[in-house]
Amino acid sequence: MSDKLSLPVILQAHGISRRKFLTFCGSLATLMALPESMVPAIAAALEKAQRPSVIWLSFQECTGCTESLTRSHSPTLESLILNAISLDYHHTLQAASGEAAEAARLAAMRQFYGKYLLVVDGSIPTGDGGVYSTIAGISNLDMLQETAKGAAAIVAVGTCAAFGGLPHAHPNPTGAVAVSDIIRDKPIINISGCPPIPVVITGVLAHYLTFGAIPELDALGRPKAFYGESIHDRCYRRPFYDQGKFAKTFDDEGARNGWCLFELGCKGPTTFNACATTKWNQGTSFPIESGHGCLGCSEPNFWDAGSFYQALSTPLTPVGRAAAVAAAAGIVGGAAIAMHNRHTKAAAESGHQTVTVKDLEKPPGEEK
Amino acid sequence: MNDMDLLLWARGPGLQIALAIFIAGMLLKLFEIFSLGRKQDLSVPRPGNAAAGWKTIVSRSLPNRALLKRTFPTYLMGYTFHIGFFIALLFAAPHIQLFRNTVGLGWPALPNPLVDGASLLAIVALLLMLAYRLLHPVKRFLSTFDDYASWALTLAPLLSGYLAFHHLLLPYTLMLALHILSVELLLVFMPFTKLFHTVSLFIARWYNGDALGHKGARL
Repeated sequence: MSDKLSLPVILQAHGISRRKFLTFCGSLATLMALPESMVPAIAAALEKAQRPSVIWLSFQECTGCTESLTRSHSPTLESLILNAISLDYHHTLQAASGEAAEAARLAAMRQFYGKYLLVVDGSIPTGDGGVYSTIAGISNLDMLQETAKGAAAIVAVGTCAAFGGLPHAHPNPTGAVAVSDIIRDKPIINISGCPPIPVVITGVLAHYLTFGAIPELDALGRPKAFYGESIHDRCYRRPFYDQGKFAKTFDDEGARNGWCLFELGCKGPTTFNACATTKWNQGTSFPIESGHGCLGCSEPNFWDAGSFYQALSTPLTPVGRAAAVAAAAGIVGGAAIAMHNRHTKAAAESGHQTVTVKDLEKPPGEEK
Repeated sequence: MNDMDLLLWARGPGLQIALAIFIAGMLLKLFEIFSLGRKQDLSVPRPGNAAAGWKTIVSRSLPNRALLKRTFPTYLMGYTFHIGFFIALLFAAPHIQLFRNTVGLGWPALPNPLVDGASLLAIVALLLMLAYRLLHPVKRFLSTFDDYASWALTLAPLLSGYLAFHHLLLPYTLMLALHILSVELLLVFMPFTKLFHTVSLFIARWYNGDALGHKGARL
């Protein structure tokens, strides 16, 4: 299915002018925090780029990542970047089904061995031999291992693929893990988020097409260009945090004034993503702008990080019981020490030998 | 374990363990102190000093003119540290949220720049205090491991909180986790180091004041 058409040809076929294309390259450069001088380089690289084969595997997921990608971008220019790649296998988007679908995957793997880009969304169940999720009778675990072998790089789209996500949440009945827990010998780019920002997915793919290499990643394998700063630091409500002005409920004066949502459980300070800058739905807004705190969806274990409505600085679990048990133990232990001290004191008192003045006045040698 | 895991551990099991040790340890120490007992003073108390113990708790927090002259740096840095520390502890918005969540009491927060400045002053005071302790021959002679450990345990939460707030040195999530862990370490060791003075100073001052008042000392 992959052909040799380069991006400009495809763009022309879609009626996209060169000016529009360059504007797009400019916005990509901005998104990736690259200097303006890189725009011609991006344009040149994208122009030369051949349509690389992409195999998209969907495992334990809700299709939210694909929904996010398709809905928000069609019909914008970004979606053409996806047209510029050859999406050879994608459950939701491909026309083929059943054996034909699997045949497409195998064909792409053979034809582009060592060159194709593997995109994964969803976590991989490893419990009980991986029986909890299978495709065409193949467990997700086996399919990932098989498909990863010939991949040039892997893009883990969504928090499930990047960190395990919802299926990984306690008690994790399926033994769900992230792609990086299984594949260790391939470059992996984590595009976390539940779902990830569409433009971030396309931005990373564009980066890969432009430079032929994976972008600079943070400690969690996420592109620094998009995950370099916290929601809190880029939040337009940040000044209210600094002034100590907080909404206490979702319908109070503070909420109406657009004050900081920290006390209502906003996880912005520990969440690294581009929501506050790129925003959602073609730049319309992002959750905090809509009046709801950040859930921290692009961070590992965000489902197990306590209530979404509990402030970040509060205990995950109530401490009352531990405190009561400790107090009881302290009192019992303290009482035991007190008893021991009293006993020692009493023993010392009873063992005390009285000495009278007479005793002291006796000449040496006459002591009793 | 990634940064987030560490933060979740600190906010969950870590806090439970630290708080349990803190509460049990504090009660243990208090029982130990009170059960020591004191010999009853059978002399007739001098008049007019009924509340000498309570007065002393307050009066010993105020500068003493003679001592102020002799140990000015100790006074200056002591006040600066304690005031800065309590502003940071009690008036930073996230801290108030913690108190509201755990003990049900809350109050308005101070603006961040004020809390920030207070923490910085407290940190500087602590650093100068260490330098003074090391440079002053008598102070150095009198210092034990406990003094240095208490100093480090106190500095850690202040410094990590400051660094976290300003996004310095380490990623915020990791620094926040370290900040919470350093507070937990402080809680764990508070009953067993000189940091116990947070409670025992009131007992000691009351006792000294009361005993002196009994004898007729002017307080």
